[in-house]
Amino acid sequence: MQHFAYSRVATLADAINAMQQPDAMVIAGGTELLNWMKEGIAAPARLIDVNGIADLAQVTADDRGLRIGALARLSDVAEHPVVRTAYPAIAQALLASASPQIRNMATIGGNLMQRTRCPYFRAEVEVPCNKRRPGSGCAAMSGNDRTAAVLGATAQCIATHPSDLAVALAALDATVHVTGASGPRSIPLVSFYRQPDGTTERETRLDAGELITAIEVPASAVARQSRYLKLRERASYEFALVSVAVGLDVEEGRIRAASIALGGVAPKPWRLCATEDALQRVTLSDEAAVRKTLTADFADATPGRHNGFKVELAKRAVVRALQMAGEGA
Amino acid sequence: MSGIGQAVSRLDGPGKVSGRTLYIGDIPLDDVTYAVMVPATRPHARIRTIDLAAATAAPGVIGIFTHHNTPRFGRIDVPLSQPVMPLQDDRVLYEGQPVALVVADTLERATHAARLVAVAYDETPFDADFAADLSRTEVAPAFFGIPPDNAKGDVSAAWSAAEVQLEGVYRTADRHHSAMEPAATLAIWRDGELRIHDATQGVFDARACVAQALHLDPEQVRVSNTFIGGGFGGKGWGWPYQILAAMAARELGRPVKLVLTRAQTFTSHGYQAATHQTVALSAQRDGTLSSIRHDSIVAGSFAGDHVEGAGWDTHALYASPAFSTTHRLRRLHRGNPAAMRAPFGGVGLVAVEIAMDELAYKLGMDPLALRLKNHTDVDPSDGKPFSAKKLRACYEIGARRFGWSDRRAAPRSMRDGRELVGYGMSSLVLRAYRFAANARVSIDRDGAVRIETATQDVGQGLSTVIPQIAADALGVPVDRVSLVLGDTILPVAPFTGGSSATMSVGSAVQDAAVKLRERLIAAGANGPEGYAGALAALNVESLSADGTWAPADPEASPAIFSFGAVFAEVGVDEDIPIPRVRRIVGVYDAGKIMNPKTARSQMTGGVVWGIGQALLERSETDPRLGRFVSKNLAGYLVPVNADIPEINTTFVESFDPHASPLGARGIGELGALGVAPAIANAVFHATGVRVREVPIRPEHLLVG
Repeated sequence: MQHFAYSRVATLADAINAMQQPDAMVIAGGTELLNWMKEGIAAPARLIDVNGIADLAQVTADDRGLRIGALARLSDVAEHPVVRTAYPAIAQALLASASPQIRNMATIGGNLMQRTRCPYFRAEVEVPCNKRRPGSGCAAMSGNDRTAAVLGATAQCIATHPSDLAVALAALDATVHVTGASGPRSIPLVSFYRQPDGTTERETRLDAGELITAIEVPASAVARQSRYLKLRERASYEFALVSVAVGLDVEEGRIRAASIALGGVAPKPWRLCATEDALQRVTLSDEAAVRKTLTADFADATPGRHNGFKVELAKRAVVRALQMAGEGA
Repeated sequence: MSGIGQAVSRLDGPGKVSGRTLYIGDIPLDDVTYAVMVPATRPHARIRTIDLAAATAAPGVIGIFTHHNTPRFGRIDVPLSQPVMPLQDDRVLYEGQPVALVVADTLERATHAARLVAVAYDETPFDADFAADLSRTEVAPAFFGIPPDNAKGDVSAAWSAAEVQLEGVYRTADRHHSAMEPAATLAIWRDGELRIHDATQGVFDARACVAQALHLDPEQVRVSNTFIGGGFGGKGWGWPYQILAAMAARELGRPVKLVLTRAQTFTSHGYQAATHQTVALSAQRDGTLSSIRHDSIVAGSFAGDHVEGAGWDTHALYASPAFSTTHRLRRLHRGNPAAMRAPFGGVGLVAVEIAMDELAYKLGMDPLALRLKNHTDVDPSDGKPFSAKKLRACYEIGARRFGWSDRRAAPRSMRDGRELVGYGMSSLVLRAYRFAANARVSIDRDGAVRIETATQDVGQGLSTVIPQIAADALGVPVDRVSLVLGDTILPVAPFTGGSSATMSVGSAVQDAAVKLRERLIAAGANGPEGYAGALAALNVESLSADGTWAPADPEASPAIFSFGAVFAEVGVDEDIPIPRVRRIVGVYDAGKIMNPKTARSQMTGGVVWGIGQALLERSETDPRLGRFVSKNLAGYLVPVNADIPEINTTFVESFDPHASPLGARGIGELGALGVAPAIANAVFHATGVRVREVPIRPEHLLVG
């Protein structure tokens, strides 16, 4: 048996203290960590159960923005009236995630800490995977890369990040608040995830012993007119083949500001900055003009042998999501 | 009354929905131990060393078996069982082949110790890539007694002379059964006898396999189960995990429970193997077929002889003066495939019925009209009439229910907002597999009726239909009838598969119940009210009768096949081409229906399987690692509720006395037939893109 110690904490300070022990991991909803432990992906010596830290579960909102506690459950956030009206892409991304049962357990912080669904990483035995065992290689590159990244992949890893929520948060310029032994700090969500490099197993900028405490999203016109579109072959309970979160500020049919992030195509939520710039002043109903703005961001796409279709699918998804956001659909 | 033809609710329903029903893995037993297999991680290799030091030292470990200490197993001659015995030598022929078995006092400890078994391999070259070299094939062995090739008439002459010719290559994917209940065995060795609880679809087949492997007299082995959490062909015949559990129980003198992990279900009891089929149709301008050629290359295994008989039933579909079907096997370093709902025609119809749709377009004919043009009431292979064919009525009722006449012929001509809408249809055919069966029916003075037969309930409704048949024959309410099944101490019955159970076992039960009634009448009973009096007159507490049934000599019978027609409507977004099924109408000709309620459930389930085949189910192989890439239900997609639209199924009933005395034919696989080609044809109608493989994926439709 892989033995581990289990303890519950009631305060953030106790959690941070407990996390300074070697091989400690935080457990909240447990919908992801327990999979890793069963699959042999993780073998923590200590589990710190943080579910008892009551003030980390709150969702608050005012004129300036939204603050979501890391322990808020996906289903609670998705149903929150302010989230639904002022940040619809977040509610839509959450409702497109997993299943109702999992959404009732899973937390916002845990959602951001999900790891890739790459089938090689998730295999029941170890196959070459730099995330699973650093330096072992990447079987997906020479094998079945249908679900792999077409943007931002490296020679170490071509896996995609699976979170729907993170894509919506990336588009809405969210900030991740974390706390560790040396105190609190904040990280913009767009730089929270690392691109795969020599330390592929490290996927976020969270340091050892640090804990996500909250997410902040600024209120904006773009957030209010946001939309999340998730494309997948199974109509429910499946990770995205391609997803897109967009936010729009439109004046008399012309785009004043746009914010776009893609999911399912890159190792992290992928902002389309060049597209966003090019979309300014473009007439939203001019589909050809909208489509043309995508060229630069996809110029560096690196499709593999089986996933080339994702490039075209992603472009079409962006166009469609912009139209839907424009229609208020 | 609640006899034949009544919509009786499942008698096994309350136990299942309340969680009271015990499956094999749930059976509590003191002193039980837990076995966990260590699967090979290479598709073709020799085991150089197995280091057991860490595993042996792990807490709770009771025994570890490898090829070094496992007794030599006997040869198994049970048809269709896995011939490669586990843990016999250092050869690995497929990824997932058991190379060690760890037994411990808890499941968790056994699982952990199994991970500590360190196997070093000398790898040998392997071939696990079906599509890589389709020229390396061999003539498939006869399978199920059906030869690989079948032909009549001069196909090439008809092809050359034809006004219209159509040829295409069609592909189907590897698929996995993915039953909710993973296969499980509980083996107990006591006083020289082996007691096995196993979620098998065939208790007698499993008994024969284990007895032969362990050099036991079959009488020393008893195999039983009550309920099976889905089989779909994966739990038939005999597989290594059953033999390993039985062996370990005998060697250790302790009860051994072995439940496959989800990942192990992908490599331990087969799968539906990928196919590459060529169909060539020739016809006159008016649509009259002059030849059908159907050549199937199917993926096989070096560890068994399973053949996916894609073309076995093709000859029975349409009137054509010439036809030819062939099967070539391309063996791979993968585990032996198995039958999977729906095997054979379930795979072959994808090719033939998409080809028929293509031919209809080429001829400018309505696809349904083309089928009707080539309707046949005799089996073209031998001219024998079909036993009771109602396919014309299926077409007519299906077309009316579906609204087929609303279909505009041109592709991309129908839409709903941004969605392109398509209509497609398919015929379907299924030969009647029937087997000899036995049953005993008894009644006591309280009027309680008891049926005993060794058939298995795989969740299809058998536990309801079989009591209905006895209740009908005896004229008693079905709630007075109980059924004891799934046990080798009971009257012999065949494995549950091939849509055969109702015909085979049901007929034996009817025979027994009729004989019992005759005895009761002979003893003075005028009717059901007189049964107790008859028993009193005979001075017995209960009376029983044995029944039996066996299919008649096929040479003397008409051609016994079931038929049907499936109509599908799909929607495909004009920009985001991920097809969604909007509705399905299926009309089936399967003789007399025993219970319309359970039958409807079964057809609905079958259609769901067809939707999975059409749009989702594909087990990807990594040809460089020689393994199925995703051995879990997150990576291998089966439909969820959100994928399933309105499903409208019905039967055109008739009494088919040739199929069985009940007038019934089988329906287990029927619902899964024809759905995938109907959907594929609807996708073409919607989009104008012809996809000749399933599952259909967005990349197939992202063109232009």
